[in-house]
Amino acid sequence: MKQEYTITVYTENQIGLINKLAIIFTRRKINIESLNTSPSEVEGIHRFTIVINETEDVVRKLSRQIEKLLDVLKVDFNTDDEIIWQEMALYKVAADVITEKVKVERLLREQGARAVVIRKDFIIFECTGQREEINNLIKTLEPYGLLEFVRSARIAIIKKSDGFHNKVKEFEYRVPSEALVENEFLDKNEGVFSM
Amino acid sequence: MHQAGILKINSVYKQFKRSINHSMTANTSPNIDIKPTATKQVTGSQALLDALIQEGVKTIFGYPGGAIMPVYDALYDYNDRLEHILVRHEQGAIHAAQGFARVSGKTGVVFATSGPGATNLVTGLADAMIDSTPVVCITGQVFAHLLGTDAFQETDVINITTPVTKWSYQVTNAEEIPHVLAKAFYIASTGRPGPVVIDITKNAQLQLFDYEGYQKCFHIRSYKPKPEVRPTYIAEAAAIINETKRPFVIFGQGVILGNAEKEFQAFVEKGNFPAAWTILGMGAIPTDHELAVGMLGMHGNYGPNLLTNECDVLIAVGMRFDDRVTGRLDKYAKQAKIIHLDIDPAEIDKKVKSTVSVWGDCKETLPLLTKLIEKNDNKDWLQKFADCTIKETEKVIFPEQNPESETLTMAEVLKCINEITKGDAIIVSDVGQHQMVACRYAKLNNTRSNVTSGGLGTMGFALPAAIGAKYGAPDRQVIAIIGDGGFQMTLQELGTIMQANVNVKIIILNNQFLGMVRQWQELFHQNRYSFVNIKSPDYIKLAAAYNIEAKKVDQRAELKSTLEDILSHENPFLLEVMVGKENNVFPMVPQGRGVSEIILSKEEL
Ligand SMILES: Cc1ncc(C[n+]2csc(CCOP(=O)(O)OP(=O)(O)O)c2C)c(N)n1
Repeated sequence: MKQEYTITVYTENQIGLINKLAIIFTRRKINIESLNTSPSEVEGIHRFTIVINETEDVVRKLSRQIEKLLDVLKVDFNTDDEIIWQEMALYKVAADVITEKVKVERLLREQGARAVVIRKDFIIFECTGQREEINNLIKTLEPYGLLEFVRSARIAIIKKSDGFHNKVKEFEYRVPSEALVENEFLDKNEGVFSM
Repeated sequence: MHQAGILKINSVYKQFKRSINHSMTANTSPNIDIKPTATKQVTGSQALLDALIQEGVKTIFGYPGGAIMPVYDALYDYNDRLEHILVRHEQGAIHAAQGFARVSGKTGVVFATSGPGATNLVTGLADAMIDSTPVVCITGQVFAHLLGTDAFQETDVINITTPVTKWSYQVTNAEEIPHVLAKAFYIASTGRPGPVVIDITKNAQLQLFDYEGYQKCFHIRSYKPKPEVRPTYIAEAAAIINETKRPFVIFGQGVILGNAEKEFQAFVEKGNFPAAWTILGMGAIPTDHELAVGMLGMHGNYGPNLLTNECDVLIAVGMRFDDRVTGRLDKYAKQAKIIHLDIDPAEIDKKVKSTVSVWGDCKETLPLLTKLIEKNDNKDWLQKFADCTIKETEKVIFPEQNPESETLTMAEVLKCINEITKGDAIIVSDVGQHQMVACRYAKLNNTRSNVTSGGLGTMGFALPAAIGAKYGAPDRQVIAIIGDGGFQMTLQELGTIMQANVNVKIIILNNQFLGMVRQWQELFHQNRYSFVNIKSPDYIKLAAAYNIEAKKVDQRAELKSTLEDILSHENPFLLEVMVGKENNVFPMVPQGRGVSEIILSKEEL
């Protein structure tokens, strides 16, 4: 069953990475609903938040392909109930309409919108929330002449995640040894497998 | 030990903070020229060549041009330490590097110029990507200040090659060169190997900088070449295997890439498992090993295909369930439990859902598994494979190898080659019917002896790959088996063979058709032969023009003696064998059918 998935990708901050990521989707003819990229809490590491509508099987395979990209450190994918997510939107409305109609102001306040710019000719409102809240505000403003509207990509925090600081340490914690043996069980497989 | 390790990491780490991406490098032995303690001014080009030497590179396949001239200029002074093979087309350079890598296990190296030089590499990159072949390609690029201006011979190489490389990077500052090269070799050769492109702008090639010596890379924080093996999966897999009555092992190139041939053989022998190979797995154990039951796939052997749907456990080692191997997926091994051993997590469950996946390097996982499995004789089950072989031999193999027809068959050429080489040669094949015949009938005693374009099916691969194979294994006999179509795709490399006197034996199996396509048109398109009738030049004269000895054979009586003669030669030789025009390759799993619907002749279609 197709549903909305949010894919979180931690990457090195490298030129061309967005292209490498995008190719994984376009090659499989998968549409990206929303894409955000910004620095993460760890210096030098970027975080991508990608929203797609797909089955779990497809998303899992896709995530493995993404993780295979050399400069990608980690990939998570989550359904909507596993994350806290928000989008932001800006609305531009002619000033006279709003000032004339007190009702609008009340409506806006009820819906958690906030004026960020007030000029003689127009006013810009901002609203942060989930899709329905942002859509509701469009509906509210439309009758009064919504001049322009823009919505940001989704950003999301995974409820279960502990952030990336420890993970990075884990990735960097690879004791340099002459031989490239990373398998902690290899030296002691006698012991491990006597069970 | 861990503490000390961390300290060491930290100091190495700090030292390289300036450099791109947090990868780590370790000191290697100093070069003759450059003492790592004292810094020295060198150009980017010199640093590049020093990097190659430090990585143990001896042979480069390349072609010069404007944007890579500083590198070639530096190469002039490195003539005593680096051997450069001038090919006739950049596609030839990369296929040669692939052939080199496939037989030697080392990373192949390619030089090409910007623009057309770089775009000519794309086919080879795609081939190396899908067949997991380690190559590092150095492409020249226009001056950094010209990037994006549509400068002369400027193409966006990184973006063109991204989908067909394991990693790529553009260098615009010479200081990055040592570090980036170290990363390139590390990435190309570790984990699941693959091609890397390093695009270096001309200014960086010319730029002088303080060189602190070369340090090999051994860790990149965003890249994990192989995972820690989880013992629970090994135990689960062993438990399943120990309950099985009809186990079947199928193996791919992963066994070879992991240098795990011995471990694999020990595994198969302990369990007495019938084992079949994918085209790229061929030779990982000797093809005449008593447990080796043949090749999988569309033109593989009868038993391995048929019995895939009768086994109760399918143990897949280092293979990726290509559609040419599985046929229709919903008719593939549905009755069996699947155990999949692979190093690449993206391969697990990609096509065939596994019951237990053993994610890891098979050199590590196989011995662990071997230890836990019980000895079994599987007598009745192995007999089933033997019965299938008898049936296939009777219906296909014997008549193909001992034809009653007047015209020669490809299979009898392979039979003669086997008799002469005893299975010790490296067989390089192109793409088409002759490739299937070569892989069906060649006897291989050694690993890394079957060089062919598996995943991409690149016609024109064999001639340049054979050149590379000879450099990768100079002491071994290299025999290239090529169709009349494919040979005409890269025949310019005869020039390379001439100039460098590369001792390869070229055998053109001439059926005067694009045979494989013709076979499909005969079987599935009602004999409508649409543009498969291909004319050939006079290959003997062509070879003569390149000063390469050549001969044409169309009589059975001459075949063996001629082959004996040319295979004992010390020089390159071209042999054209005229074979039946409309012979077909069987058995066959027709496209869209399940593996057990394999047919042995046209009549069964
Ligand atoms: C570069 C490329 N172009 C086209 C094909 C499609 N193709 C596959 S096999 C084949 C025929 C090969 O003919 P030939 O080289 O004469 O070998 P034969 O099958 O006759 O042994 C063709 C055209 C391909 N695999 N590669």
